[in-house]
This record gives sequence, structure tokens and C-alpha cells, in this order.
Amino acid sequence: MNEGPFSQLLKVDGINKIERYLEQGGYSALKKALGMKPDEIIEEVKTSGIRGRGGAGFPAVVKWSFIPKDKRPVYLVCNADEGEPGTFKDRYIIEKIPHLLLEGIAISSYAVGANFALIYIRWEYVREAEILKNAIREAKEKGMLGKNIMGSGFDLEVVVHRGAGAYICGEETALLESAEGKRGNPRVKPPFPANVGLYGAPTVVNNVETLASVPLIIEKGGKWYASIGKPKSTGFKLFAVSGHVKKPGLYEKPMGYPLLKLINEDCGGIREERKLKAVIPGGTSTPPLTAEEADVSLDYESIQEKGSMLGSGAIIVMDDSTCMVYVAKKLADFYSHESCGQCTPCREGMPWLKEILARIENGLGESDDIPLLMDICTGILGRTLCPLGDAGALPILAYVKKFREEFEAHIKEKGCPFKGKK
Amino acid sequence: MIPEEKLKELKEMEKIYPDKRSLLLPYLQAIQDIYRYISDEAIEFVAKELSLNPSFVLGVLTFYTYFSRTKRGKYHIQVCRNLSCSLLGAESLIDYISKRLSLKPGETSSDGRFTFSLVECLGCCDRAPMMINDKYYTDLTLEKVDEILSSLR
Repeated sequence: MNEGPFSQLLKVDGINKIERYLEQGGYSALKKALGMKPDEIIEEVKTSGIRGRGGAGFPAVVKWSFIPKDKRPVYLVCNADEGEPGTFKDRYIIEKIPHLLLEGIAISSYAVGANFALIYIRWEYVREAEILKNAIREAKEKGMLGKNIMGSGFDLEVVVHRGAGAYICGEETALLESAEGKRGNPRVKPPFPANVGLYGAPTVVNNVETLASVPLIIEKGGKWYASIGKPKSTGFKLFAVSGHVKKPGLYEKPMGYPLLKLINEDCGGIREERKLKAVIPGGTSTPPLTAEEADVSLDYESIQEKGSMLGSGAIIVMDDSTCMVYVAKKLADFYSHESCGQCTPCREGMPWLKEILARIENGLGESDDIPLLMDICTGILGRTLCPLGDAGALPILAYVKKFREEFEAHIKEKGCPFKGKK
Repeated sequence: MIPEEKLKELKEMEKIYPDKRSLLLPYLQAIQDIYRYISDEAIEFVAKELSLNPSFVLGVLTFYTYFSRTKRGKYHIQVCRNLSCSLLGAESLIDYISKRLSLKPGETSSDGRFTFSLVECLGCCDRAPMMINDKYYTDLTLEKVDEILSSLR
């Protein structure tokens, strides 16, 4: 069962239309916010303890409070470049409740003093981009966006900016480069976007789910939000479950919900009555948990204790018929394709991981290949400008370490032991 | 190069953005959608519109997989090859489509009808495996793929 504010709205038919959204109390949080001082809003969101839902889990409001008070213009960017494999939560928010996102964008823009907000959306979300554009049009007609919103004197223009097919543009500085009409190469940090962002202006970059949570926090109060979940992982979280479960899909749970309960009860368990072998807790960039490690609660700290990350909350479940060399190879294919080529360890390392993993999977691996894989991974870790290097190397290293006997069996038996057994 | 109505829309956008250079991707997207590729002439056109150097425009467009320098087919069949889809059999689907269209991934049919590409995660993992033409097709089986491809002919 889904429990939480997003699920309640997702259930309402036709809520992508503004009339229906208003009937459900939509834009009342914006009205309330416009009667508050920007600092009071920031304080409320700070009290909520909400952490960035894009993957890094950085306290969302820290980015807001870093915005200099005396520099203008300030911009707000909504990261809707959802590309982390396994993640599809933002798509549901945009498709079903676009006005909730726009309301969150408007409140957040008011709080940080931005009059221009840009939603950067991946190009594959063609339909979703259209839905957003329509929603913006509707909101402008009703005076919820545009000039002098609800008579408050606050102006906000929101644009939908489509990407063009590059995973790296989900990284916030690559996204800013791309939004400026350039190649999506990540920038050197610091300076962080809060100081030098879009066109050099202070810029807040937040994920869709984070921004869509803001109206709720303003409506019901930061204290209420902080009372849900765990002390350091507050509130509700959307979990996108895919892979070998009977009922894949989107699940909204309070932080700290047990992972095995989600898999076995909510998702109906593993398909074909097979056994759980491994589960990725937060998108392919996060190290897998073995079946033994999967007895964990879904919050930032608990998953971190197990050596992985909650990431974007994209849970990929794998049953005992899954070959872990194949999985690692899939990841290496992906990260080598998506490396922007700027940093040598990532640009050169990922294709080597891909090649070595392919030869192991195809039965041509040698015993030296296992230490070689680990050596390349550690050669990438921490040595790139942006997190993409770690996002590939960290999980691949974990697959080798946690399932080493499978890699050895491929080399010894000169082929994949799982082939033909499915 | 770009139909008047679309061009007008782009010019309107220029007024809203803090800097018109941001319009580079939207201009290129409009051209890719109409012509199915970005020609030298198109690069010159966009460069002039946005006061950019043509070599800069070329540098940007080659970064992104959405843009193609050679003409894509009328139907661009793109199948996800990432993990969630692969766990649910995307590879056999890819082999099947490849045989059925007589195209290897990355190729375009000689009649200009189909381009077949493998792509990364499309954000639809709960309905895997999946593919896209100009819209998403989900929960695919070989029979369903047959139906979709036949409807495109």
C-alpha cells in the first residue's frame, strides 16, 4: 500500500488540470508562502530536514541558504533530467501532478529571490514536457505564475528546457553548461552553483521530488514533516522498483521503511517464486546489497552503514538466476557510453572495464583480470571532477568484491555459468 | 530552414531567457525534428541566428545523442539496453527487432524508413522492457513488437 501525500494526489483523476488541482486545495501553500518572509520559508524548510531527492542526499535547504543576499539576479533550476538507471519517480510527478511541481518551484523561487526558473527535462520525456508547458500556461492564466502572482508583487517566469540525450547533464554543473547552450561538461567545484551558477549568477538547483515536497512542508509545517521517518532522514520518499519482482512500480513510503517488506509484501515478492540474490538500493550508481545485507531500512544512514547509498530511491531487484558479471558489464557499458570525456581516469577507465568484463562474460577472461578490474576501479575513484567516475567504479568494484566467486567461475569454466540455465 | 510559426516561438523564448545562447539546443531540436539530421547549412543558419561560431555549434551538437549528422529514418526505433530492461529480456527483443528490420544497431534502412538504435535508461523501468519511436511502448513481448512494427509500415 502507498501511504503519503504524493500517492493521495496521484490517485486523483484529472489533477494535471489546474481546476482539479485547485479543488484539491492546490496553490494554497503558495498563497500562504507569499504572505511569509523569504527567510521564514527557508527556516520552515530547514526545520523539515528534507534532504535532496536527486541522489546525493544533501540537505536541500543548505543550497538555498548559500545564496548571497546582495547579488541579483538569482535563478532557480529544477533538475528533471532523470537519467539514473532504475529511476522513474520524477516522470510520475510531472505527468500526473505538474501543478504541485510548479507550486513548489514558485514557493522556492520566492524564498531565494529568483524571478526566472528553468526546468531542465530529458528529451525522451516528450509528453511530459508538453504536460508541463500546458500546466505553465494554465497557471499563468490563473495568475499563479507570471507577473504579480496573486497580487503579491512577486514575478516569476518558468521555462521548460529540453535536454538532448546525455546522462551527465543530470549532474548539476553539467546541466547548467547545457542550459547555457554548451557541451554538458561538468564544471570544477568550487565555486558551487549557489555562488556561480547559470550565466554566472547565484543559482539553486533542486530535483523534481524535492521541489514538489515544498508545498506540503509549507502547508503542514516543517515540524510535521520532520516527525515522519527517521531523525536524520525525514519525510516520505518515492521508491521506483524494477527488476525481478511481481509488482514493479512506484511506491511512496516514510523514510526508514524496511526494504524486504517493500520487496516481499508491497511488490508481491520475487517473480516465479525464485530467491533474492541482490538488490540495488538507489540506482545503478549505488553498490548492490546481497540478499543477506538486504535486511535494512530505507533511509540514508541505514543504507550507508551497509556500504551503499539510498541515491534516488531506484530499487532494482535481482533474483538467483542473475549473472553478476553480466550486471557489472551492463553498468560498464553504460558509464563508458555516458562519460563526457573530460577526465582521463573516467574516459579511459570505463571502456577498459567494459572490455575486460565483456571478455570475462564471454569466457575469454584470465585470472589476472580480477585484480586488474579492481585496480582500474580504484584508479578512477575520487580522481574525477564530477561523481560520474565514482558512480561507475564504486558499484563495479562492489560486484567484483561481493560476488568474486562468480567472476572466478566464469574464468575457470571459460564462459558464463548462467547461460542456458534460465 | 525553420517554419515561420516555429521560428516565431523560438524568438518569443529568446525574450524570456536571460541569454539567447541558451536557445542553441531548442533551435537544433527544431531542425532535427523537421529534417531528421543537422546539415552544414543548418549549422550555419543557427550560428547566424544566435551570433555563434559554426564550429562551436558543431562542437555542441556532437555532444548529444539526440542530434545526428546523417539522416535518420522516418521511424526511429530505440530500445533500452540498460539494466532493468535487460533483466526482463531486452536482449532477445533487440536480436528479434534487428533480424526483423535487417538492421544492426545504429543502422538506417536503405528506403529511409527505419533507424534502429540502442539507448540507455528511458526512465520507464517499471514497464520494462521498453522502446520508443516518438512515444513510449511498454511491457513488450515479441508479439507486441510485431504489432507495433507492422503498424508503422
